[in-house]
Amino acid sequence: MIEVSGLRKSYRSRRGRKATTVDAVRGVDFSVQRAEIFGFLGPNGAGKSTTLRMLATLLRPDGGDATIAGADLRRDPGQVRKRIGFVAQSSGTYNNSTGRRDLVLEARMYGVSKSTAQTLAEAAIVAFQLEDFVDRQIKTYSGGQRRRLDVALGVIHSPQVIFLDEPTAGLDPPSRARMWREVRRLRDKGMTIFLTTHYLDEADTLCDRISIIDAGLIVAEGTPSDLKREISGDVVVVDLAAADTAGVPEPATILEASKVLTEQPYVESCETIEHTLRLYVDSAATAIPQIMRALSGKGIEPGAIETRRPSLDDVFLAKTGRTLDD
Amino acid sequence: MKHVRDTWLIFQYEVALLVRNPASVAITLIQPITYLLLFTPFLKSVMHVSTYSNAFQIYVPSLFAAMGVFNGMFAGFALLAAIRQGVVTRHRVTPVSRVSLLLGRVLMHILLIVFQAIVVTVAAIALGLRVQPGNFLVALVLLSLMSVLSVSIGYDLVLLVPNEGSLGTLINSIAQPVSLLAGVLIPLSVAPLWVRDVADWNPFAWGTNGMRAIFQGHIGTNVVWQASLIMGSVALVTLVFSSRLFSREIA
Repeated sequence: MIEVSGLRKSYRSRRGRKATTVDAVRGVDFSVQRAEIFGFLGPNGAGKSTTLRMLATLLRPDGGDATIAGADLRRDPGQVRKRIGFVAQSSGTYNNSTGRRDLVLEARMYGVSKSTAQTLAEAAIVAFQLEDFVDRQIKTYSGGQRRRLDVALGVIHSPQVIFLDEPTAGLDPPSRARMWREVRRLRDKGMTIFLTTHYLDEADTLCDRISIIDAGLIVAEGTPSDLKREISGDVVVVDLAAADTAGVPEPATILEASKVLTEQPYVESCETIEHTLRLYVDSAATAIPQIMRALSGKGIEPGAIETRRPSLDDVFLAKTGRTLDD
Repeated sequence: MKHVRDTWLIFQYEVALLVRNPASVAITLIQPITYLLLFTPFLKSVMHVSTYSNAFQIYVPSLFAAMGVFNGMFAGFALLAAIRQGVVTRHRVTPVSRVSLLLGRVLMHILLIVFQAIVVTVAAIALGLRVQPGNFLVALVLLSLMSVLSVSIGYDLVLLVPNEGSLGTLINSIAQPVSLLAGVLIPLSVAPLWVRDVADWNPFAWGTNGMRAIFQGHIGTNVVWQASLIMGSVALVTLVFSSRLFSREIA
């Protein structure tokens, strides 16, 4: 449904007199199947939004090709627009308009008659349960209500592909759960969903497949469980802050602990995040006693040791060398 | 055909939002009515005009021009708000005609300016203005052309300098000299020669002179068709430039 190859975009930015070129997207390839929820995961500034804006015909790519729902993005953006829907991160509605007025306008912009537009608006109001507030001014809506209207606007013409830019950013947990239900409902109707997110749990539970983008390049792609399986074994998290005093350890101590643990044969890799060390090992059960021994050999007392299954955050860390919050 | 339909669609939508907020429309009428009531007496004595009817024939077209220049150029703020709220982006991902996204809004602003002009004229008639209905309609056409020009300039400014902080000052520093050199306070006929020479290059001055001739009943004079031709062609060129800039900057 979406085929992207070598898509890239750079911006010229000027700081003072020096003009520099920022490569926002440096050639990405991926494909999205019909009726799939595809998550585009990455930290802020990684190129998520730029990629999305190119696919939604808002930005002209510098190079590469993309086909969306059978239409060529660069040669025929007009056809692409007819077949896609796009929900931006910021709402895109006037505060003093009403939901119904905007739904009717949105449908009419796709070329349908006034009466058809009213029918489509009514259907969207029922499907997204907007009845209670749709005739009020949009400025009175809650964040979740507003977001539901945004998505209803984006899919009023039943597009084959819908692009959602951070659909749950800033929503409270119940509204997020509700948005996830709506997204799954659209997928079950046969729509292909491409969404960006920087929430790992969202990528993990909502998306059928994800792609991780960092610094303008795709560093991993697959189903969440496949990606987690790539990180074999267990994760052991060693917190070097003393448990009783909540004191932060010396940087030298962290460095030394990291050094000694990296040298251990059973440790596959070790990442330092502030005052915790994240160790990737085959088996946590046999590794923990050895970790204790290695640390106390250097006179280092860990505050806490915890073990867990790898998460997407670990995948991200392994692929990019940093966590998503950085 | 699609451009016409889509322009009408955007125009209707924008006007509907305007109508829902009559207070904001009423506020824009305070300034012209104040000038009408308080400035006309000054003009009457300065210009040695015998009756109020004649003074209004000189000053009402001036007010039209002032509203055309200022309200037109300040229309850029409405476009900036639409861009900031993401409305333009949302509309741009639909197959709606690009030109219509601009034209529909331009027409909404012209309707607003024409509405203000009608209210001002009705008030002036109540105070003694006499004007032929046919002539008045021609003056409104000229005002509309003038508004296309000023709204386009306002849009250009906002697309080139999308900054709420400096935009107001920028618009004022352009609209002030342009309107003074169009004779919106004191007619150019009493201006020094060099001012009149400069004003010859100001399309808004032609528009103002044209509307004034119409209000004074001289609809057949050269200045009327010259003004229409100059306003019409300059407005068209600016509008084409705006729509290119709009497609590029918003892309």
